[in-house]
Amino acid sequence: MTVTTEHATTPATEEPKAADLFAKFAPLIRERDTLLETGVRDPFAIVMDEVKSPTEAVIDGKDTILLGTYNYMGMTFDPDVIAAGKEALEKFGAGTTGSRVLNGTYQGHKACEEALEEFYGMDHAMVFSTGYQANLGIVSTLAGKGDYVILDADSHASIYDGCFLGNADIVRFRHNNPENLEKRLAKLPPEAGKLVVLEGVYSMLGDIAPLDIMVPIAKKYGAMVLVDEAHSMGFFGEHGRGVAEAQGVMDQVDFIIGTFSKSVGTVGGFCVSNHPQTDFLRLVCRPYTFTASLPPSVVATATTSIRKLMYAGNKRAHLWENSKRLHKGLRNLGFTLATEEPESAILAVLLPDQEKAVRMWQALLEQGLYVNMARPPATPAGVYLLRCSLCAEHTAEQVEQILDMFEAAGKATGSIS
Amino acid sequence: MTDRATTFASVEALIEPFNAKGVELGESTTFAGDLEWDSLTVMDFVASIEDEFDIVITMNQQAEIETVGQLVDAVEESKE
Repeated sequence: MTVTTEHATTPATEEPKAADLFAKFAPLIRERDTLLETGVRDPFAIVMDEVKSPTEAVIDGKDTILLGTYNYMGMTFDPDVIAAGKEALEKFGAGTTGSRVLNGTYQGHKACEEALEEFYGMDHAMVFSTGYQANLGIVSTLAGKGDYVILDADSHASIYDGCFLGNADIVRFRHNNPENLEKRLAKLPPEAGKLVVLEGVYSMLGDIAPLDIMVPIAKKYGAMVLVDEAHSMGFFGEHGRGVAEAQGVMDQVDFIIGTFSKSVGTVGGFCVSNHPQTDFLRLVCRPYTFTASLPPSVVATATTSIRKLMYAGNKRAHLWENSKRLHKGLRNLGFTLATEEPESAILAVLLPDQEKAVRMWQALLEQGLYVNMARPPATPAGVYLLRCSLCAEHTAEQVEQILDMFEAAGKATGSIS
Repeated sequence: MTDRATTFASVEALIEPFNAKGVELGESTTFAGDLEWDSLTVMDFVASIEDEFDIVITMNQQAEIETVGQLVDAVEESKE
C-alpha cells in the first residue's frame, strides 16, 4: 500500500484508539504522588553510595546503620567468601552465558549443590538463579492440572506467582492456622495430588509457622510438603537448617526452598529434597531451564559461605541476643511490635497508617538508621510497618545506638510519647 | 425462603464488615467495581465465606466470580 503524504500527516488523534496500558496504575500513581508531595523521601528509591560492612553504608553522604537487609549472618564481607569469589572470577570468567542444562553448569555449580546437600543432610540439591525462581519453578512444575496447591494466605509473592504460572487448583488457608489448613484439606478430593506450601519465617511480621503441627496435618492427607526457609537458614535448628529442623519435622518435609540472598550473603536460590526423582525436575522446570545460570564467582561465594554457616554457632547465638535485646528495648520505648516475643531476626514495628510509617521511616534515616518500610499488598490488609532485620555482625553497642535513634525519631514524629 | 435466598442473605451479612462504603447489594453488585475491593480484601472475605459454609473456593474459581450473584451460585454449587 502506498502511503500518501496526507495520511502521513494525519494527527495522532485519528489513529485507532486502544486503551492506555498505564491507565490501570492511575490510582496508585496518584497515591504515590500525593505522599511524595508532602515532602517525604521515597522509601522505595534509596541508593547506597558506599557499603562499608554488613551493618554500615553511606546514604546521601551520611553514615548509616543498616537494619533493613537480609544479611542475617553477615557473610557479605567474609574474607574467605570474598577470596573464593575473586578466584572463581579470574579462573572461570564473569558469567556462564547459558542455561544450567546446556553450557551453564560448571564444576562450581556442582560444588555448590554438594555443599547444600551436606548442609541439609539431603540427597539432592538444585541451584536456581534466584530464590524467587526456585519457588516459581518448583511450585508451578510439581503441581499440574487436577492437582491442588494449598498455601498460607500470607505466602510470599514468589509462591503465589508459582501458583499463577502452573495449572493446579489453588486453595488458601488462614495464616499460620492449623485448624483452617486441616479444614481445607478435608474438603479436597482424597485422590487428587496435593502440595502444601509453608514458610518457616514469614518475612513481613517475622513470625514463625507451627510446622510441628502443620506438617503432620498435611501428611495425614497424603500431601507433599514444601517449606520455604528463606528467612531462617543459618540460625534456626541445631545445624542451621531452619524452622523445620528446630521443630523436629525435617524428616516429613519433602522439599526445602531457600535462597543465597539472605544468610548466605550473595544471590541465588535452591531446592533440596530426598525425593529420588528430584534431578529430573531440571529438565521440566521452566524457571530453571530457560534462564542463565549464576556466574562462577557467585556460586563460589555461596559454597564457601554455606560451608562456614555449618559451624557458625557463636554468630547464631549473638544474632538471637541482638533480636531479644532490640525487641525488649523497642517495647520499653512504647512501640507496638508484630510479635509478643522475638520469634526470628525480623522485628516489625507496627504503625497506624502509611503517612505515619513514612514519617517515622524518614526520621530514622535522618538519624542514620535504615529500616524497611512495608505496606499492603506486601503486608496483610491495613498493616503498615517498619521492618527491622538484625545481623549477627551488629555489635551490642550498635543495638543500643539503634534504640536511641528509635527513641529520638519516635518522639520527633509523635509515634511514641 | 428458598435455599438460594438464604445463602444470599448469609453472603450479604458476610459482605457487611467489608462494605466500608455502604454500597447497596444486589445480584449484579460487583466486588471490584461497586465495592471497590482490592485483592487483600477479597482474600479475607473469601476466607470468611469458606469458613461460614464449610466449602473450598479455589483461587481459580475466584477469578471467574465478579458479582454477588455469581458468588451465591458458586456457594450453592459447592454446598452440593
